[in-house]
Amino acid sequence: MSIEVRDIHKQFGKFVALDGISLAFPGGQLTALLGPSGCGKTTLLRIIAGLESADRGMVLLEGEDASNTHVRERQVGFVFQHYALFRHLSVFENVAFGLRVKPRKLRPPEAEIRKKVHALLDLVQLDWLADRLPAQLSGGQRQRIALARALAVEPRVLLLDEPFGALDAKVRKELRRWLRRLHDDLHITSIFVTHDQEEALEVADQVVLMNHGRIEQVGAPQEVYQHPATPFVYGFLGAVNYFHGRIEEGRVHTDGALLHADAAPGAESLAAGASVTAFVRPHELDIVPESEDHAVGVAARITRILGFGALARIELTGLSADARNFEVEMGREQLAVRGLHEGQRVRLMPSRIKVFERERDDDLVAGAGI
Amino acid sequence: MKINPAARARAISSLAPGELKRALAAVPWIKCLVLGLALGFFAVFLLLPLIVVFAEAFRKGLDAYWAAISEPDARAAVWLTLTTVAIALPLNLVFGVAAAWCIAKFEFRGKQLLVTLIDLPFSVSPVVAGLVFVLLFSTQHGWFAPWLQAWDIKIIFAAPGIVLATIFVTFPFVARELIPLMQAQGREEEEAAIVLGARGWQTFWRITLPNVKWGLLYGIILCNARAMGEFGAVSVVSGHIRGQTNTMPLQVEILYNEYSFSAAFAVASLLALLALVTLAVKSWVEWKARQALDFNDDKQDIAP
Repeated sequence: MSIEVRDIHKQFGKFVALDGISLAFPGGQLTALLGPSGCGKTTLLRIIAGLESADRGMVLLEGEDASNTHVRERQVGFVFQHYALFRHLSVFENVAFGLRVKPRKLRPPEAEIRKKVHALLDLVQLDWLADRLPAQLSGGQRQRIALARALAVEPRVLLLDEPFGALDAKVRKELRRWLRRLHDDLHITSIFVTHDQEEALEVADQVVLMNHGRIEQVGAPQEVYQHPATPFVYGFLGAVNYFHGRIEEGRVHTDGALLHADAAPGAESLAAGASVTAFVRPHELDIVPESEDHAVGVAARITRILGFGALARIELTGLSADARNFEVEMGREQLAVRGLHEGQRVRLMPSRIKVFERERDDDLVAGAGI
Repeated sequence: MKINPAARARAISSLAPGELKRALAAVPWIKCLVLGLALGFFAVFLLLPLIVVFAEAFRKGLDAYWAAISEPDARAAVWLTLTTVAIALPLNLVFGVAAAWCIAKFEFRGKQLLVTLIDLPFSVSPVVAGLVFVLLFSTQHGWFAPWLQAWDIKIIFAAPGIVLATIFVTFPFVARELIPLMQAQGREEEEAAIVLGARGWQTFWRITLPNVKWGLLYGIILCNARAMGEFGAVSVVSGHIRGQTNTMPLQVEILYNEYSFSAAFAVASLLALLALVTLAVKSWVEWKARQALDFNDDKQDIAP
């Protein structure tokens, strides 16, 4: 079933949680609402579910205005961050709850309820836990039971609020792959909220990036990662180095030197002299030994070299007045070839940059910038 | 260096039981002193009165005791007390659950005011509470006097007044017990139930109530204990009419004032007995509730 929201506004006291959100969620797809905490993503999810009402705007479920439809009639499945399993009921009764509270005329007979609950427990691979209480389960198991419970009422839409937020890293990773497989089997329109960009990029068909109650960008994971539309998205999706500079002849100058030899993408529309920020991913930044005749790049000193896996991470401090920190990723072999060591003076040469007109600094810091 | 009290508490509580024992064993006389003080206090202020009540009650023998408690006025007092409790308790149960539900699960204007109002019976002297009811419902000079006279309804110096005063005094117990519990549990389980299609009543009976049942039972027990023992407010509105408007505590006072010590203590022993039963039930409820809690905590993290 398709979901659409139109011009949703929501305010809590003076805090604007959602500021005119319009979005379409195509049927059968898994969409991630991604953003830092407080960006309004959970509020939007709750408004779609009907747990919260919007101050203004419309929610359309399958093209029909659902604004006046009560939560229990919306036929949505909702999975809570902290599971919200009924603590006094067994796993079996938790999953059966949605069937047992149906009006008598619609309630399936007991045998059918049993069959269905066991089928769902099989689906989440936890049939052997049917008689346990929620408190006797691990976090990952609880979340799978919560999902089975939500699926029991055959929802038209599945909404998941930070479903893996309370789990440890390893279980998280397993569960999100499992969720993706489950979605591929069931093809139910799903929206999940997360603040973890890796999770969103890995699991979702479509990613919606939100910040301060607004939508920053909507697109496929590849698309938003490769072509971030705003500085916020650039900073939020993965680590990033940023350089403040000025446009001259279509190229970025910083600290009196040219940052990048070629014309910068994104700079075409900017006037000469415009104040800009150039974004460079850690793996798109090269390190060359410092020598006097360099007119390109930024001077820096290596402060730390961290090598755990195949990639080494190099932390550097800029030698200009503001002593900005930078981060570079390169293969271990390259590191060895270049013979880099801590304390060394080097030059940073971006291989690819993206330029945005300079905005407030806090927008950059909000992301996962360095 | 100033030590932050919270940090100190943490440091102390981080001692393993064995370490604490060893730390105390180093100064045995402190241990004896503290233990002696505690036991002494317990004996003088709690155990001794209890023994005295029963000893005095049975001083003139079992027959006299039986005569004292089977005397019509005493029986009437017991009956009135039980009737009052039987009316006040269910009403306060419903009010308390409703108030706690409102306060813990919803946001609305004036919530803080409501919380304060619920505490009013705790902060106001019971005598004042009694006087308030006299001023409202007295047939001579109460606010509703003309109306009460017209319909010939007696509230003050009659059983209804006693019930009203008892309800007022015991109002906070159930709500006070439930509000923190419900607030701690949050709204998520109810929301989950509603999303799954449960209607309001279904959510309440199937989710909210089972989750607070031990707290609720505890509140009921406290409420019951206070309702049976209430003296001040009831004394003001009762009028002390023998065999009609005397509850057990009032009956005890009257008998005592008439120097019928044995009879007074006999009725008092019934109250004490009820209190002991209440305590036993309360301990059992606490034990059960703790068991349920431990169960939840222990089984928190079993490997996936």
